[in-house]
Amino acid sequence: MTTLKTFKRGGVHPAENKISANQPIVVLDPPKQAFIPLNQNLGAPAIPLIKKGDEVKVGQLIAKGEAFISSNVHSSVSGKVLKIDAVIDTSGYKKMAVVINVEGDEWEPSIDRSETIKRDFSFTQKEIIDKIKEMGIVGLGGATFPSHVKLMIPDGKKPEVLLINGVECEPYLTSDHQLMMSNGEEALIGTSILMKGLGVKKAYIGIENNKPDAISYLKELAEGFKGIKVVPLKVKYPQGGEKQLIKAVTGREVPSGKLPIEVGAVVNNVGTAFAVYQAIQKNKPLVERVVTVTGKSVAKPSNFLARIGTPISILIDNAGGVPEDTGKIISGGPMMGKALLSLETPVVKGTSGILIMNKQETHRVEMLPCIRCGRCVSVCPMGLEPILLSQLSRLQMWEDVEKQKVMDCIECGSCQYTCPSGRPLLDYIRVGKNKVGQIIRNRGKK
Amino acid sequence: MLTVSGSPHVHGDDSVKKIMYGVVYAMVPAILVSIYFFGLDALWVLLTASVSCIFFEWLVQKFIIKGPVTINDGSALVAGILLAFNVPANIPIWIIIVGSFVTIVVAKMSFGGLGKNPFNPALVGRIFLLISFPVQMTTWPLPKPLYGGTAVMDAVTGPTPLGILKEGVKMGKTVPELMPEMPGYVNELMGFQGGCIGEISAIALILGAFYMLVRRIITWHTPTAYLLTFFAFTGILHLIDPTQYADPFFHLVTGGLMLGVFFMATDMVSTPITYRGMLVFGVGAGLLTAIIRIWGAYPEGVAFAILIMNAFTPLINRAFKPKRFGEKVVQA
Ligand code: SF4
Ligand code: SF4
Repeated sequence: MTTLKTFKRGGVHPAENKISANQPIVVLDPPKQAFIPLNQNLGAPAIPLIKKGDEVKVGQLIAKGEAFISSNVHSSVSGKVLKIDAVIDTSGYKKMAVVINVEGDEWEPSIDRSETIKRDFSFTQKEIIDKIKEMGIVGLGGATFPSHVKLMIPDGKKPEVLLINGVECEPYLTSDHQLMMSNGEEALIGTSILMKGLGVKKAYIGIENNKPDAISYLKELAEGFKGIKVVPLKVKYPQGGEKQLIKAVTGREVPSGKLPIEVGAVVNNVGTAFAVYQAIQKNKPLVERVVTVTGKSVAKPSNFLARIGTPISILIDNAGGVPEDTGKIISGGPMMGKALLSLETPVVKGTSGILIMNKQETHRVEMLPCIRCGRCVSVCPMGLEPILLSQLSRLQMWEDVEKQKVMDCIECGSCQYTCPSGRPLLDYIRVGKNKVGQIIRNRGKK
Repeated sequence: MLTVSGSPHVHGDDSVKKIMYGVVYAMVPAILVSIYFFGLDALWVLLTASVSCIFFEWLVQKFIIKGPVTINDGSALVAGILLAFNVPANIPIWIIIVGSFVTIVVAKMSFGGLGKNPFNPALVGRIFLLISFPVQMTTWPLPKPLYGGTAVMDAVTGPTPLGILKEGVKMGKTVPELMPEMPGYVNELMGFQGGCIGEISAIALILGAFYMLVRRIITWHTPTAYLLTFFAFTGILHLIDPTQYADPFFHLVTGGLMLGVFFMATDMVSTPITYRGMLVFGVGAGLLTAIIRIWGAYPEGVAFAILIMNAFTPLINRAFKPKRFGEKVVQA
């Protein structure tokens, strides 16, 4: 066997715990009431187009992304708008959301809901970008960056290669894995469309080798597509980080503070590629997504296809209910996910999974003084010194925090995961990063 | 109630305790060898040092700092065993208690305890004892022969190979003339030579080091840089003048080199945190050890060399940053 590719610097190997790996996707019914947040993307919230009492159909545009970095929002259910109100979202803050009382399941007639796979590659670059924007597609890996913006290449830069992220390096999560198994062909068509949207001839799909079935299935399918190659990768966290994936697959290092396009690369999640397929070929906006519901004490770990706006309590009920010994509920994976305050938090475009951790797992290790073992430094995939950054942040020495490249931190959590003294490194680094981010933005204003 | 806290939500499950007790396990071969060669004397010194180090730490935490008592984290035990490793087996028990006091109270707790001490506590203890009690610290019992025989009486003492070398060269003898007085490579490798409790057997120490490497308690960086530098330096001198300078293999298996390389220079607290820094530390310690051994006043230089490099550690940390991802120009 040839040695598998991976990124070089740092990284950790958390227990994979992919207990829902072999669960085929189960389609969930629409909820009785849907809560559709206006801001489901990185960037500015969308502006609502409907008001209380309006009737809406599935797929109807209900809020428009007006700002440059913003994204359209469509109704994921049919029924009547009850109100536009503040709802707790995954960030733990209250954000504006459209609340819809569901009646029936009536879709916009323009949406093609048939199962037949379409391969129409006649669209122009501009048509592709416009359609992706119209259909409200965002990065589905969790970052939720509006996808059409990613396709608009700044002047002077030239994309050479598209990378499709099928890594799913977070422990527990299996939504991308199942999606590749059940909708692999559509994802590849979506990939071809994205290639055309970017004007590149090459695409690589990176998949970690803990998913051999997905690797061989997509490899087989890829033979029917020009320029698409599947690249098996050695399992290592955080390989799904954009910069790490680019390094692993192409060997190129995105310079500090720059975007992937600097080295001619654009990265999209495999789920995004599928959503792009649906947008372009089926005229279908982003109104549902695959969500893993899992955890050691969960009765039926599952992968669901859920409507955006479905309260996560409904997903958990379908996976066998909240276990007795629940300590923490997390949106996303255990390394980068967000702990949720409320079970009524709705599924949004960026919800890749719901992880229910039992009390035993949530127990944090005893905190002792730093023993200067240097492990946090050696596992940092960005070559930073987490111990130094956290100390400087604690001392509020923002200038030094910035000089030590805090903005390069991708918040992967590898440092804190490794620290034998149980130091809350990332907690402090986040504070430093936010503060320095603010300082940099203010500097820009002056 | 749901717990809400920042990511990551899982931990790799490594702990200070696991690391410290891992070091203790790694020292077991050397402990056994020392008891084999020096008998119960060695055992008493080991026990006294361990118990008094833990006791002093408890005393300071309980009555002076009045904070949490963390003596079960294993770090005081490691310091105690290492201190015992650094003294002769026939040292009076009260002296080892004084040494433990210096190790824990002066070199560790006065700086703030675990993780805060700039110098390796056990080495500070050793140097303190060496300067305060030079006679007791340099009178070595003869180990019992490798095969057969029993541990010899306390009263019978003998020099260490490095001592023979230093004195001999000083008196104008050549190295080849001195070599017949030495125990020989095989004996030195196994531990049949005069010396401190934990330093005599290179084999036992390497075995422990191997265990720590496999368990990733230590990395290869510091030991490799240390050994290569030391070997190269002593080797070149030997090539230049074999009558004045002993060969590098002799230097590797005698004195406290292996103990220093694998158990002291790899101490996390007092050495650099980056791989680059560790390499620099190793090179520095290797050079200094060789220089002190060959031209210094003492026959052995490991302890001084590591302590001097400990002092440079903050500087090394500042000067040798890890290679940042996406970094083009190397910044100093
Ligand atoms: S400092 Fe940031 S990038 Fe580095 S390991 Fe910690 S969280 Fe990850
Ligand atoms: S991993 Fe923890 S104990 Fe080790 S240097 Fe980093 S912060 Fe300190």
